[in-house]
Amino acid sequence: MEFLQLFVSGLANGSVYGLIALGFVLIYKATESVNFAQGDFMMFGAFIALWLTNTEYMGLPFWIAAPMAMAAMGLLGYLLDVTIIRRMFGQSQTAVVILTIALGFVIRFFAGVFWGHEPQTLQSPLAVGDVTIGGVVLGMADVTIIVVTALLTFSLFQFFKHTKLGLAMQAASQNQMAAYYMGIPVKRVQGFIWALSGVVAAVAGILFASKGAIDPNAGMLGIKAFAAAVIGGFGSLPGALVGGLIIGVIEPFAARYLPAGYSQMAPYVLLLLVLVFRPHGLFSQVRTKKV
Amino acid sequence: MGHLLEIRNLESYYGPIMAIRGISLTVEKGQIVTVLGANGAGKSTLLKTISGIMDPEKGQVIFDGEEIQGLEPHVIVKKGIVHVPEGREVFPLLTVNENLSLGAYTRNDKAGIARDREMVFEYFPILAERRNQEAGTLSGGQQQMLAIGRGLMLRPKIMLLDEPSLGLSPLLIQQIFGILERLNKDEGVTMVLVEQNARVALNLADAGYVMEVGRMVMNDTAENLAASEDIQSFYLGIQEDSQRSERRWKRRKTWR
Ligand SMILES: Nc1ncnc2c1ncn2[C@@H]1O[C@H](COP(=O)(O)OP(=O)(O)OP(=O)(O)O)[C@@H](O)[C@H]1O
Ligand SMILES: [Mg+2]
Repeated sequence: MEFLQLFVSGLANGSVYGLIALGFVLIYKATESVNFAQGDFMMFGAFIALWLTNTEYMGLPFWIAAPMAMAAMGLLGYLLDVTIIRRMFGQSQTAVVILTIALGFVIRFFAGVFWGHEPQTLQSPLAVGDVTIGGVVLGMADVTIIVVTALLTFSLFQFFKHTKLGLAMQAASQNQMAAYYMGIPVKRVQGFIWALSGVVAAVAGILFASKGAIDPNAGMLGIKAFAAAVIGGFGSLPGALVGGLIIGVIEPFAARYLPAGYSQMAPYVLLLLVLVFRPHGLFSQVRTKKV
Repeated sequence: MGHLLEIRNLESYYGPIMAIRGISLTVEKGQIVTVLGANGAGKSTLLKTISGIMDPEKGQVIFDGEEIQGLEPHVIVKKGIVHVPEGREVFPLLTVNENLSLGAYTRNDKAGIARDREMVFEYFPILAERRNQEAGTLSGGQQQMLAIGRGLMLRPKIMLLDEPSLGLSPLLIQQIFGILERLNKDEGVTMVLVEQNARVALNLADAGYVMEVGRMVMNDTAENLAASEDIQSFYLGIQEDSQRSERRWKRRKTWR
């Protein structure tokens, strides 16, 4: 049953990659540029939750702290768009990308100053003990991460499909000009997309910090999530999630069965293979425009 | 009672390029007014400036007695001006139904929206049939119908149509223009119709304007325009008899 344990643990890690990848894709579809600070958003969200929850800091109940951290990251995403990103309108995509890389450094710096560089663990009730399913012992944290990710994905899906704002977000991402023609306040909608990607990053961070320790450099995980988004097609939300899960599952098996040293390469080898054989990713949504 | 839409000396730029150079135009309630002109004349720019996608450098757009130039597009849409853009511009990964819902984005009256959706389906039965299909998988003609239907979902006071005949077969053009005529007669939708296909446009419209490199060079009733020699030779492609065809090249267009 070692196989199943490796698989579940991989799915849990993959869920976190998938959620960060979701943030990449959300922003990419809305603004056509990549937010390389997405991993650092995740780390920062985790630290806010940890700071509110852990007894050595604020000591609030987790169930109050977690939504507060999500709201704070949502607000941060929104304000970031309003104060900085929106002013970059008309600049090249590269300029925005470099800006977000710089932003990542700033966030890491702040986290280091406020919370230090020692790894810390979120005192989360999500992660206590083990569960036994069909004779297989699984970590509670792993199971919770998978369940929460599934729930979040389902709610996001419902939100995009059935709410006016969700539909407007899709519209603004698919054809920004036409969204303007429909009277959708595109800039405000983009602000909400940044907010949403902040919230999703906070959830990813809370889940990540429930399973293991975080430090200000935990955002480097974003690179794997980026690979996940590319594998998924960089434009498809389900693709991003599945890309994350694939990378998450490959890792523990590579670590178990490949010689040490090679296993860390596995996600990137996969990335290369996908780029060579399916350059638009596994879930590309390429539609040719009809005249 | 003033005009429904009045444009006075409008000027718009793309960076340093002046794309429309002092355009004036009026549209009465219930009218179909067509704007003709060759490629690059500035027709789309004119519509974009009316709908707020572009801000004019100079001039006024007066709608229902109120100056609206330079307002945000979503504010202008709320006033009842809808722009059906050149090249359809549907939301390719959303269904026909979702595209229609987005046409009604600025409205909140659920019952009215549902009624208008049914109206759109009555005018365009093919859309009803394909309501759950992704818009990107529709044919060009169906996408044009969707773009018009999506515009109708606003219950617009005026519809700005940018080359609805572009890339469509003559039969389909006839069908779509027939529907535009019914929409004008039965639903009272006022229209500004930008076209290169002068024949169908003048056939449908009450009045017409001709644009050339950013300027209005002619303005008359559709009938008179259709009868005018300039329009006949330059836009309708009607050949003069062969012995005069040499002189034709020498003749200056009267508006110059
Ligand atoms: N985005 C743009 N940037 C710079 N110049 C532009 C842009 N769009 C249009 N122009 C220029 O402005 C002028 C008017 O263009 P416009 O699109 O309004 O013409 P049009 O009459 O709609 O032509 P068509 O019949 O080909 O659609 C053209 O000279 C064109 O080259
Ligand atoms: Mg045009």
